[in-house]
Amino acid sequence: MIQLVAAQTASSFPVLNALIIVPIAGALVVVLLPNSRPELMRPVGAIFASIAAALSLYVMAQFSIHEAGFQFQSIQSWIPSLGINWHVGVDGISLWLVVLTGLITPIVLIAVDPHHDPKPYTAWLLLLQAGSFGAFLALDLFLFFVMFEIVLVPMYMLIGGWGYDDRRYAATKFFLYTMAGSALMLVAIVSVATLSAGNQDITFNVVELAQRQALSTNTARLCFLAFALAFVIKVPIVPVHTWLPDAHTQAPTAGSVVLAAVMLKLGTYGLLRFGLYLFPEASVWAAPTLATLGVIGVVYGAIVATMQKDLKRLVAYSSVAHMGFIVLGIFAFTTQSLEGGVLQMINHGLSTGALFLMVGMLYERRKTRAIEELSGIQSAAPVFAGFFTVVMLSSIGVPGLNGFVGEFLVLIGSYETRRWWTVIAATGVILAALYLLWAYQRVFHGEPTPDDEQTPDLTLKEGLVLAPFIAGIVFLGLYPKPLLERIEPAVDDLISHLEQHSDYVQPDLGAPVVVDENHGSEDDH
Amino acid sequence: MGALQILGFVGPSVNWWALLPQIILLGAALLILLASALAPQRTSTAFTTITTLCSAITSSIVAIGLWNDVKTGGPSSSIASAFGIDGFSIFFTLLILIGLAATALLSHGYLDREGIDPPEFHALLLCSAAGAIVMASANDLIVMFLGLEALSIGIYVMIAMHHRRSEARESAIKYFVLGAFSSAFLLYGIALTYGATGSTNLVHIRNYLDAVVFRDQHLLMAAMALLLVGLSFKVAAAPFHFWAPDVYQGAPSPVTGWMASIAKAAGFAALLRIFFAAFASHDVDWAPIVGVLALITLVVGAVMAILQTDVKRMLAFSSVSHAGYVLVAVHAASAEGTSAALFYLFTYTLMVLGTFAVVGAMGTDDGHPLSRYAGLGHSRPILAIGFTVLLLAQAGIPTTSGFIAKFQVIAAAVNNESYFVAGVAMVTAVIGAFMYLRIVMAMYVTDEEKERTSPTWHWTTSVVVIAAVSFTILIGVVPQLLIEFAEDAVPILIRG
Repeated sequence: MIQLVAAQTASSFPVLNALIIVPIAGALVVVLLPNSRPELMRPVGAIFASIAAALSLYVMAQFSIHEAGFQFQSIQSWIPSLGINWHVGVDGISLWLVVLTGLITPIVLIAVDPHHDPKPYTAWLLLLQAGSFGAFLALDLFLFFVMFEIVLVPMYMLIGGWGYDDRRYAATKFFLYTMAGSALMLVAIVSVATLSAGNQDITFNVVELAQRQALSTNTARLCFLAFALAFVIKVPIVPVHTWLPDAHTQAPTAGSVVLAAVMLKLGTYGLLRFGLYLFPEASVWAAPTLATLGVIGVVYGAIVATMQKDLKRLVAYSSVAHMGFIVLGIFAFTTQSLEGGVLQMINHGLSTGALFLMVGMLYERRKTRAIEELSGIQSAAPVFAGFFTVVMLSSIGVPGLNGFVGEFLVLIGSYETRRWWTVIAATGVILAALYLLWAYQRVFHGEPTPDDEQTPDLTLKEGLVLAPFIAGIVFLGLYPKPLLERIEPAVDDLISHLEQHSDYVQPDLGAPVVVDENHGSEDDH
Repeated sequence: MGALQILGFVGPSVNWWALLPQIILLGAALLILLASALAPQRTSTAFTTITTLCSAITSSIVAIGLWNDVKTGGPSSSIASAFGIDGFSIFFTLLILIGLAATALLSHGYLDREGIDPPEFHALLLCSAAGAIVMASANDLIVMFLGLEALSIGIYVMIAMHHRRSEARESAIKYFVLGAFSSAFLLYGIALTYGATGSTNLVHIRNYLDAVVFRDQHLLMAAMALLLVGLSFKVAAAPFHFWAPDVYQGAPSPVTGWMASIAKAAGFAALLRIFFAAFASHDVDWAPIVGVLALITLVVGAVMAILQTDVKRMLAFSSVSHAGYVLVAVHAASAEGTSAALFYLFTYTLMVLGTFAVVGAMGTDDGHPLSRYAGLGHSRPILAIGFTVLLLAQAGIPTTSGFIAKFQVIAAAVNNESYFVAGVAMVTAVIGAFMYLRIVMAMYVTDEEKERTSPTWHWTTSVVVIAAVSFTILIGVVPQLLIEFAEDAVPILIRG
């Protein structure tokens, strides 16, 4: 059975394994540091997280652009009795999520001061990084499940240990929602592996299972639903999104940033990798429903965000809206919509991650996140306001910044196959402008109270922490080609896989529209 | 020794080597009792603990030797095929000996703290362990019953030994009455089995059932039902679990750990040997009933656990829901399901012993309210993280042995096409997780920093907790060896 080992790429250094191991080693080192030196914890942790970040950049640099399959694959036998292997690999869909995970963690470690217990804080963040890497890289269903569920523990501990007043409720809710979703997924994982086996050896290898397609239509649909439930909760899609505002609001800044930037992507990534890839026919069957839920999420998230009194909760609901866009893109099944969806995952990570960081900075200054208690910050902290403006505009999707590229691709790609869904989703762009600009207006404009006047401006360190986000936002807005040309082969491959195993045919849209265009300036009016 | 002599008198050849593990334990029990009777001053806890530990270690060495015999020479039986020596019996022998060693270590600090005389406690513990081994190895229903009684009677007295606490006495009476009640069911089941098949020997029963087609099998069905009820009491499967929360709460924590781990494991050993091995040809009759029992147990265990406020009661219901998982594996009625059940019992035993080690150290006279654990994450960070690992393992979180165990149970159920049972098992795992998370949250999230009395902590307790936590994580990451061990331990009925 283990001829699979032959698939191991020639690359001698198992960089993807290192990616997972380095943060774990870092966590162990941090745990062994003496308690008497609390000031060492975060720097040491940041060093390990940065090594992981450097490795993820190395993967990006070495990634061959025009290849659709999985690269840097590594297979080791893990539990041979059960047919389980340690199997990791990266393709165009997971590549950027890996890079995002790599870069976010060291930034968060440097940026956010936990105020107490720096040792466990650092260790949990490093374990979170390792688990997220593992989930994005896993090509074995068992390994994926392990990673998908193990990331709950660090995040749970971060929310419970360093969160705000209602953290006990929020942490437990977060944990149980996700666990409830994944409960049936485990049954589905075993079922898929067992039922696909036939008279061959049982395997949990995703690539192998996707090619076998041995399940009957109904079984595949049931299994797809079990997988989809887990991912839909993680994304989250309305109506199972209610854990998200609580978790985000109660989580410490670091938790919110990683949750938004990395962990929510596990849901959309899972839908792509395990939904569409493993169950092509069932995905096409369920697409109208899931696209509808995505669009409902866009509109509902935006409307509810408008009504929020708490800045952090507002950003959390904006996440619901943005993730809805991604779901629409995924279930529109065109090259552009899928590319847009993948790109939007990165965009959302950058913009929402930065928004949460800045809301956290604001809270550090003012000890409040209530919109009505803040006013006229712009005059006291103009640089801060400037940074906030750029990130906010990216989140709204203003042309020239990254959010526009992703949303535009999703909308243009979905228009062919899901016209009316797209029309409704497009209103989400307008609503985003409404709630973000209105919130900005209330917080940053207006008459500052004496408290507001005392708000210190951005420090140099904070500026440096935010700089990578701003750079990414602007760069991807002006020149998304490096990302898109790596995403596209994988996406095309996925769509031809869909066409091969279901009666879906992608409408002919001519040549890919956006890859070679720089539409940053010309669409501006 | 008396029983053995009588058996020797009757005539069947006795493989003394195969009986050595129990003989060592009983010898140690006698030694402890004699020494305490003859010694001029009060016997020290150190002496009894060391004797018990030594006997457990010697006994396991013999058991490992037997394992090699079985691997090379195949399984065998002894004493007129009343006693089986196969991978299954040795698997449980080793498990029981691990439990014995852990319980001896846990009781070390406890007996000193509570001022209980150590010799009686350890002698009873050793007898109880010997009974559990007999129960797991029995090839004959009568011998199995003898093992069960030896196991249970030891436990009745150990619960009551804390004579200053009325709860302990109440627990002991409750467990005794219900235990006697369940023994009656079991005996009645044995009698009906004898009536239906003409033998109490499991090999005979299996051969008879293979060869004979019943015109009406009411008698056999009634026998199976009564046996199942009797054993369900012992393993605390719902709806026969009502004693568990009260007894677990009132019993001294080391004894609770012993009951939750070894008494349950021995009960399942008997269940598997009777149903999976002897009644194998009638699995269409018993498997659905076990499935229903599993569903009820899972739901009751999980739902009731989240309603409790006392940590020991929570863990009692959690042990009920764990019994449900093992029943799901038994329900599969396959070799895969059986090895899943064995894997589950092995990992669960260590988790639960570690858990009750912590609980025992935390407890004082006013019970085990959840609030006692508040702030443990700050005052005792290492203890708290160890406890967290054990609790998350029981919730089935990956990278712990508990997850691998659950995974195998689910895989066995899915292979048996019991998707509904598998689904319910996973959903109740989520409900149950809420209870474990409550304890974890209590340790880490406290609103005010109260000044707290540190738990009395004996180094022997630390040994057990460290061993349990390391084992739980190690098996969670590299489970292959234990999986193979469990696969080799599927029961085989051998005559002669």
